[in-house]
Amino acid sequence: MAHEETFETVAGCRFRVMRGGRGEPLLFLHGASGAGRWLPFMDMLAQSYDVIVPEHPGFGASDTPEWLDTVGDLAYFYLDVIDHLGLDKVHLVGTSIGGWIAAELATRSCEKISSLTLVAPAGISVPGVRKGDMFMWSPEELAQNLFHNQEIAKAMPQPANEEELLVVLKNRLMTAKLGWSPRFHNPHLKKWLHRIAVPTLIVWGDDDKLIPTAYGPAYRDLIPASSLEIIPECGHLPHVEKAQEFTSKVVGFLQGAA
Amino acid sequence: MKFYMMHLMPYADLDLDYDKTHNSAWITLPNSYYDPKKGAKLYNRYLDELEYADQLGFDGVCVNEHHQNAYGLMPQPGVMAGALARRTKKVKIAILGRALPLLNNPVTVAEEFAMVDNITEGRFIAGFVRGIGAEYHAWSSNPADSHERFHEAHDLILRAWTETGPFAFEGKHYQFEYVNLWPRPYQSPRPPIWIPSQGSSETIEWASHPDRRYTYLQTFTPVAMLAKYMQMYKDMAAEHGYEATEDQLGWSVPLYVAETDEIARREAAPHIENFLNKFLRMPKEMLLPPGYLSLKSMLGVMKAKSSIGTRQTIDDVIDKGMFICGSPETVRQRLAQYQGEIGFGHLLTLLQFGTLPAELTRKNMELYATEVMPWLRENRAGGVRAAAE
Repeated sequence: MAHEETFETVAGCRFRVMRGGRGEPLLFLHGASGAGRWLPFMDMLAQSYDVIVPEHPGFGASDTPEWLDTVGDLAYFYLDVIDHLGLDKVHLVGTSIGGWIAAELATRSCEKISSLTLVAPAGISVPGVRKGDMFMWSPEELAQNLFHNQEIAKAMPQPANEEELLVVLKNRLMTAKLGWSPRFHNPHLKKWLHRIAVPTLIVWGDDDKLIPTAYGPAYRDLIPASSLEIIPECGHLPHVEKAQEFTSKVVGFLQGAA
Repeated sequence: MKFYMMHLMPYADLDLDYDKTHNSAWITLPNSYYDPKKGAKLYNRYLDELEYADQLGFDGVCVNEHHQNAYGLMPQPGVMAGALARRTKKVKIAILGRALPLLNNPVTVAEEFAMVDNITEGRFIAGFVRGIGAEYHAWSSNPADSHERFHEAHDLILRAWTETGPFAFEGKHYQFEYVNLWPRPYQSPRPPIWIPSQGSSETIEWASHPDRRYTYLQTFTPVAMLAKYMQMYKDMAAEHGYEATEDQLGWSVPLYVAETDEIARREAAPHIENFLNKFLRMPKEMLLPPGYLSLKSMLGVMKAKSSIGTRQTIDDVIDKGMFICGSPETVRQRLAQYQGEIGFGHLLTLLQFGTLPAELTRKNMELYATEVMPWLRENRAGGVRAAAE
């Protein structure tokens, strides 16, 4: 399915947006590795939805604005983006750091969103359950630890040139800026997740070495109208590793929620 | 030229086979490898060595800060400076330095340094660094904020030392209603400030600025890089319309001197190689967390064939001028040549490194202090008068 790429400017920040498909708007917020390319799961979702994939400020081809310090800043930014794009009744989907942004956004306002899907989201801390330390992992270890299926891990494309390597470094820098300490969570978020007033689906792989699967039930218990789906034989990136299964779960949820 | 003895205070009793099961002597190496009975003896031995440097006529002794590792046992270098303050009489005491971005409250360092400056009646030299990348893992401090926090902490400490308090400080990372330092520093307007670095044009630009004119200290780098960075400092000073003095340039280098070249090499080899391959050992991700270097510098590191993790020998580091080793005559000639070509005014020698035992360290210190230092003082005087007071 065709998608188009544009640049938009919100809050003084020029950022890249990929968009494709028809239907109700679905805003996808990416994780630490950015939104460099249009992925198969986006194509599948675009069969039924208007899929909008911005690249976060500080990532990839987007600007790094002066005002960007925390995930909370990005939550407000995306509330502005929703207004800027004139969106209403948006299905908000976020993965990892993008899931954290989505959760923070929804605690601030659910006025323009009709559902929330969190895919192995960062954002909270479960005492005694340690996250993996991706900042200590070599590129090879990172690939291994993100996937359950090591064949897929091996097949993941590595930066092919200097430009792509620079994007990897830029994304890693902003990931550290947002998530180094406290490590990938906001100690205050837990207090406000009860404000999320839309149907919420939480998706986790059963073999997530970055944010352990035990985080799934913790998130589910904190968000009122939420359900948890565990995808078997799957790592931290269900939308990549199990794209088909992931998409059918999300579409099933959205159709029920709509 | 001024002469200093630098100490890292390594855990020299480290089980060197640790690397069969662990990839670094930093951060993740379990502290069960540290035996307090042995560590206590090492601390006292090392302090004795620095006190001995005072008696041998060195101009200064230097300590520094590293966290959670076997490479250097001085997570709080102020403790060592405090211990040395009363037991030494003539030497300057330099803390090179405190890693400012790690600090939750930079005023603690302003206070601690001012106390040492008072107790020593002005024998204190202050060093400010960002720390090596591993410290950001050790302290959970965000490396992406490292530069910002360094500059803000520096500005706060400088104001605390030089402005009449109380004043309020409103930064992005640090905020205070009252900054009012008791004690004020002994030296007026403040202690000398040195900036140790492994080489960075941004750091040199900043240190050489006419508002600061801080002493730039090049640490553990090939002599070709030393020459390049020292020249960069002089060029930047010239662009600002002033001439950099030798007092603004320092070099820190491990050194071993013995009766002959052959003896020196034989005695030093296992210990310098342990220093390089056991104590400095760490993966790139530990050394260079995101944000520690600029994106441009980081890209350069990623593209370069990295020497991190490859085994180094004594010959590698002697050839690059990263380690000075030989008979007194060899060492004299090497240092005179480098000093003549490069023009640094402060020479910091690491006379204990890795597993170098007490008796060899003492012999090294004595030969250096009697056979090398006096000759260099005679032959390379001039140029550093500014440092005398």
